[in-house]
Amino acid sequence: MGDCCSIPATIDLPIEPRVVGRIRTVALVGPPNSGKSTLFNRLTGLRQKVANYPGVTVEQRVGRLNGIGRADLTLIDLPGIYGLDSYSEDARVAVEVLHGDMPGTPAPDAILLVLDSLQLRRQLMLAAPVLALGLPTLVLLNMSDLMEARGGRVDTLALAQEMGVPVAKISATRGTGLDAITHFLNRKADPLANGNGSQGMVEVDKSAAPTAGRIELPVMGNPRSYRQWATGISTRTKYKAPISSEWTKRIDGVLLHRIWGPLIFLAVVFAVFQVVFSIGQPLSDGFGDVLNAAGAKIGFFLGHNWVESLLIDGVWRGVASVLVFVPQILLLFLFIGVLEDSGYLARAALIADRVMRSIGLNGKAFIPLLSAYACAVPAIMATRTIENKRDRFATILVAPFMTCSARLPIYMLMIAAFIPNKPILGDLFGLRAAVMLSLYVLGFVAALATARLLKSSILKASSAPFILELPQYRLPTVRSLSLRLMDRGKVFMKQAGTVILAVTIVLWFLSHIPFHADLAGSVIGRIGLFIEPAIKPLGFNWKIGIGLLTSVMAREVIVGTLGTLYGADPATQSLGLQAALRHDLTLGGAMALVVFFAFALQCTSTIAIVRRETNSWRWPALQFVYMSVLAYVAALATNQVILHFVR
Amino acid sequence: MVAIALSSFFGAEAADDCELSGAWKLSLLSELAIGTMGVVESLELPGEIQHHLMHMGFVPEARVVVVRRAPAGDPTVYSIDGFEVALRRDTAQAIRVREYGREDQREIQAPTTR
Repeated sequence: MGDCCSIPATIDLPIEPRVVGRIRTVALVGPPNSGKSTLFNRLTGLRQKVANYPGVTVEQRVGRLNGIGRADLTLIDLPGIYGLDSYSEDARVAVEVLHGDMPGTPAPDAILLVLDSLQLRRQLMLAAPVLALGLPTLVLLNMSDLMEARGGRVDTLALAQEMGVPVAKISATRGTGLDAITHFLNRKADPLANGNGSQGMVEVDKSAAPTAGRIELPVMGNPRSYRQWATGISTRTKYKAPISSEWTKRIDGVLLHRIWGPLIFLAVVFAVFQVVFSIGQPLSDGFGDVLNAAGAKIGFFLGHNWVESLLIDGVWRGVASVLVFVPQILLLFLFIGVLEDSGYLARAALIADRVMRSIGLNGKAFIPLLSAYACAVPAIMATRTIENKRDRFATILVAPFMTCSARLPIYMLMIAAFIPNKPILGDLFGLRAAVMLSLYVLGFVAALATARLLKSSILKASSAPFILELPQYRLPTVRSLSLRLMDRGKVFMKQAGTVILAVTIVLWFLSHIPFHADLAGSVIGRIGLFIEPAIKPLGFNWKIGIGLLTSVMAREVIVGTLGTLYGADPATQSLGLQAALRHDLTLGGAMALVVFFAFALQCTSTIAIVRRETNSWRWPALQFVYMSVLAYVAALATNQVILHFVR
Repeated sequence: MVAIALSSFFGAEAADDCELSGAWKLSLLSELAIGTMGVVESLELPGEIQHHLMHMGFVPEARVVVVRRAPAGDPTVYSIDGFEVALRRDTAQAIRVREYGREDQREIQAPTTR
């Protein structure tokens, strides 16, 4: 998952003229799925900046080579590409960066070319155009440990001779063979020093091998000639492809089985939600208790005055009511991470293609839509894999309907407060889980219906091709999973520490001005009472109205807002937030509120990313209006139905 | 059984120019049965898609094995150059192949006509 909620526009890089023999900037080039990102994380040691290249929607990742102790060098991660002459935006960006034509990005002085040694013959097709650039290049045969374990082999010395550049076997996942990169960079940057010991890198001694000077490259721009060249090289270097994993075939025999496949698929989705609630809920409750106890302790030391009221009733209650959801959100991200890293998500896309096609979307849209269950922002960025522009826009427009983790706080709060925990199917599946699941289904149905509507109207197009590579199954590494969780946790905490903190402080002051007025007479009370007539038919009171206003920034803010508002109200101050809500809302209003959140686009980060990815304000504006109207109507219907038909 | 035959096939594939013996007939990739192997003759797709597929290895003379179909019967998973890629029927229909019959039976019997 990428970075949610904070999207820097560009990265400032020092641009100095290229000096022959000096290395400052290194480009990381490789085909998709070659393990490039894993290597990038290794080499930069997690310190990286993510932004977009100016004017296009291609992601730019830049970092210092901290991982191998060369913090003075900059590493640029280029998008995964099959060739430099493709028609795709990714390839155009890669070519511009490599030629030094990309504004704001320094021209690279050296190239690290990552190839998956499990599929070397095909991956070598990218080597031809990259070598033709004439920059100092090191070819990295990634996953070479796996290749050898599965009976594959390649003569690296012959490969280095054929290509005229050094070659090294590495494993980005295990971090082996990386000293070859250090050695290569030291040597290229300073040819006189470090001359001894090749440290795992096979390099051609130009004086000893007279053939090294002549490298025959294929006819440029012709995939067929690239392939012949690559085939020739792999034959001459005695490349033996590893036996394709028996495990992958066996597992696919079950997971893509005609009957078991779809059943397992549904079971997996259901199991994820069930575990998030059955394990996550007690974790969150425990965490909440700890936070409340800590708040009470601090409050005791502050004494009973306005400082205590601001810090404890305002800030602490507001921020803590959001922070309690951290365990559940991380658990959800952990599951999605496992599904993605193991290779199951690609199979899920294959199973879902038929359904997706019937609503006019591509099976590839399934992966972004599934990750939208975590957060719409990385999901919208992930739509870049969809080649067809209309399909991609349709996916972007429906992605925010998927129930993202920011909706969990308000869903959890309202369900815990209003829905009794009656068992339906024994202890495994209760009424609360059923209500939660139906909210997820509601969002999904809205997404499908909207996609159908879009694809039969403004985004009508002939069916786009579906080309999906199925990676081999892999065990997700603890390292990459913990990286994701740290990333998500940081973003969420940052949100709680900045936006939500600021909102709670402002709210506290607005609800205490003018002094000595009661809550309804305060500034915030007057604003709330002013908008109340518009939301009354939905079963909302003015406090919920304020929550709706503040949560336009981010959905989870409403919980913090309600925490602050009910904490500031003397009538409900002594009650917990759940009890206070039960005291103040009807069942109809509570359910209308969660339905409203299922549909409304309450997220400035999503609006910003849609603007960026579609390069126009038109689409996010359309999306916001459509989703808000839908949310209002659906909430109104929910409240009226419950009001008239339940009890 | 099929899997064992496939692995020996990939092992032998290193010499890509080695001649395939036996009878073949021209057909569309979409018409091949599961477990059969075909050699790509030509592609007739819109420019960008064609280019993309060719960079993924779907070039003339490349060998493609039909691995399995998705639970709904479409798309189909093909094995090319030792990796697997799924294509919908309408895409596979635009790829002409020489059909050599079932990979594990190629030595013993002539390709069957379906």
